[in-house]
Amino acid sequence: MATASIEASAAVRGSMAPLPYRVVDKRRENHDNWTLELEPVADAIEPIGPGQFDMLYAFGVGEVPISTSGDVEKTGTTLVHTVRAVGAVTNALCAARAGDVLGVRGPFGNRWPIEAARGKDLLIVAGGVGLAPLRPAFYHALAHRQEYGEVTLLYGGRTPEDLLFRRELERWRARLDANVSVTVDAATTEWHGRVGVVPKLIPGARFDPEDTVALVCGPEIMMRFTALPLVEAGIPADRIYVSMERTMRCGIGLCGHCQCGPTLVCRDGPVYSWDYLESLMGVPQL
Amino acid sequence: MPTQATTEAVTLAAADLDTLLDALRGRGYRLVGPTVRDGAIVYAELASAAALPAGWTDEQAPASYRLARREDEALFGYAVGPHSWKAELLPPRVRLWQARKQNGGFAVDEEPPAAEPTAFIGVHPCELAAIAIQDRVFLQGDYQDRDYAARRADVFLVAADCGDPSDLCFCTSVGGGPEATEGFDLALTELLEDGEHRFLVRAGSAAGKAVLAELPVHPATATDHDAAAAIVARAARDMEGRFDSTDLHDLLMRNLEAKRWDAVAERCLSCANCTLVCPTCFCTHVEDASALDGSTAERTRVWDTCFSVQYAEVHGGNTRPTTRARYRQWLTHKLATWEDQFGSLGCVGCGRCIAWCPVGIDIREEVRAIRAEEEQHAHA
Amino acid sequence: MRTLDALITESPVFAGLDQEQLELIAGCGQNVVFAAGERLFREGEQADVFFLVRHGVVALDQDVPNRPDVTVETVGQGEIVGWSWLLEPYRWHFTGRAVELVRAVQFDGACLRKKCEEDPALGYALLTRFAQVLVNRLQATRLQLMDVYGNREH
Repeated sequence: MATASIEASAAVRGSMAPLPYRVVDKRRENHDNWTLELEPVADAIEPIGPGQFDMLYAFGVGEVPISTSGDVEKTGTTLVHTVRAVGAVTNALCAARAGDVLGVRGPFGNRWPIEAARGKDLLIVAGGVGLAPLRPAFYHALAHRQEYGEVTLLYGGRTPEDLLFRRELERWRARLDANVSVTVDAATTEWHGRVGVVPKLIPGARFDPEDTVALVCGPEIMMRFTALPLVEAGIPADRIYVSMERTMRCGIGLCGHCQCGPTLVCRDGPVYSWDYLESLMGVPQL
Repeated sequence: MPTQATTEAVTLAAADLDTLLDALRGRGYRLVGPTVRDGAIVYAELASAAALPAGWTDEQAPASYRLARREDEALFGYAVGPHSWKAELLPPRVRLWQARKQNGGFAVDEEPPAAEPTAFIGVHPCELAAIAIQDRVFLQGDYQDRDYAARRADVFLVAADCGDPSDLCFCTSVGGGPEATEGFDLALTELLEDGEHRFLVRAGSAAGKAVLAELPVHPATATDHDAAAAIVARAARDMEGRFDSTDLHDLLMRNLEAKRWDAVAERCLSCANCTLVCPTCFCTHVEDASALDGSTAERTRVWDTCFSVQYAEVHGGNTRPTTRARYRQWLTHKLATWEDQFGSLGCVGCGRCIAWCPVGIDIREEVRAIRAEEEQHAHA
Repeated sequence: MRTLDALITESPVFAGLDQEQLELIAGCGQNVVFAAGERLFREGEQADVFFLVRHGVVALDQDVPNRPDVTVETVGQGEIVGWSWLLEPYRWHFTGRAVELVRAVQFDGACLRKKCEEDPALGYALLTRFAQVLVNRLQATRLQLMDVYGNREH
């Protein structure tokens, strides 16, 4: 009997129940970052793309949104996440050992526009732990190298010891078909690399501003102080993309927490073009 | 102007209202409706029509809510109380699942839908609008809320047109009105003149029609229709001019740094009363807990409020650490960015946030002041 | 081979100066080379020169008692090293070290100060450009100080 009530759809999309995933590998990246590789115990989530995130659950402790940091085209159902230990949940995730079972919901959010960037120069600028969500995009570019012009990675970290994926960075740097520059905010004289903020690497980078897509990820202030020089260098604001971070509780657009002005970051983001985000980021405490 | 065809409207004597309640109960519905408790008209389970707030009305002003006796025995002669129907569709605490550790990980048992068929009695049009707004949030996005969908699936809505808006009501200024037009199974308009206490009843669905067929109703006369029309017309007139919603979205988005936000932040206690009583506020958070021995865990969804300091905590900081930022978030979400996110205004003009704010902040006044501040700058 | 006045326009610091001014400035300059690890100048020494880096990277180091020496910043192609020559007491605040092979134009600061006194217009043009260099450095340093990548555990 049709009532004014709404028909409950048999296939309601949007579960708050995590799927069990086992930790199969764990690697320490630096003093407070670990990369976990997870495999489904039974059911797997749908394939995750560069830029997207999963809600990772530590049994009985809680859930947090973590971007994928792996080579998504090669890892199959295995999930790769680089987690920074900053609170109760992330500390619990980082304390997990091989064989422990965590929970996963996802994938959520949108992707880095790497397919749309085909035929252009790709400029990837990462700050601190921001290299983790960008690594899948960089992997994609290297795996499809002929589809891009110049492929450049600029990475700024806190100190040489804090750099993520150090050995991989050195391998990438040795490639003839990619430009990799690294700088740190502070170092002793033992460090023979660059010292200074990440935008300083921009003038020396090779890219055609009129034909470049830039992907930027890091702390919000770093994204702001990087996007401006990119615009000044001539890259149109709608070809610069950043990854936003906001508090999340559900990941599926129903709890309200991840709002930033008119947008829900879990649903419309986390990847946004700078021309959309610039005005929002310009309002303190929005 | 009634929207249902005249031939479908009937009248039911107020004395026969229990026949409606019994018919619904007979169909397995649990009845929830208004009743007087603790000096307010709240929503609770109804045993019979005798529990309805006969002869009571509410007098509301900023930071004030009082019950007062009417001169007649109207059953629905009030505006809105502190409760809203969201307590039924989005209960304050809902366990989502339990999990237990087992070999090879853990197993999750999702809570079966707790939905009991429920009839909402006396839903005012602003509340119908609020339910429709929450339907958009929870059912019409890319992801749906399972618990809300289950509860919403078997609700019977008996609306009551509004004949007594409070001084704080402004539904007509936000696209609503005192007459129920859609989204109900049955709609009642309470008629009290000439010593005859009766309801004009319109069916809004097949289920409503079926129930109506069982009740001792009489065909509605032209007098009945005119009386009903006069009631809602007078109510709409009473609310005229209470809120200028011209260019509301863009006005607020243009003035995110207005001085007015500092002024209201001085008054706002960040107490969250407004979000608690608002019929559309839907923010929740999840509590994860485990047994002391760590063998089982559960997740519970609980009401949250954007006024809470923890609401916008990210590791290493807080994106809205000040009351100013949080108040601005609430108001601009309700009246502007809700539209960007869900395609409709978030406010139904019920006035609850104004009555139940302990310091009497009036969102109509806040918007008016922001508009005035902008105009002042334009001429400076 | 390009003349010095043409070379120095490689740096945005000298952009917009007219030919006469460029020749005046170039007149105080000479090409220099430093091997990797070589020191360009030491903290505390008299600062009579400044450099325009044409190739390579120069580290600005600070001696911190009881702790390892710190590199405060590295300066690369097209950038200026040294403003201490402009303002009293004309002493280097840092030690400059070539991280790799460095080719630079070294300018005689005393010579340039004299030319600025004789030609206030040149002086003003140089001062505003160096002020911009300082502002950029200050802003970058502030960002470094903010420690934006740091972990703020609750």
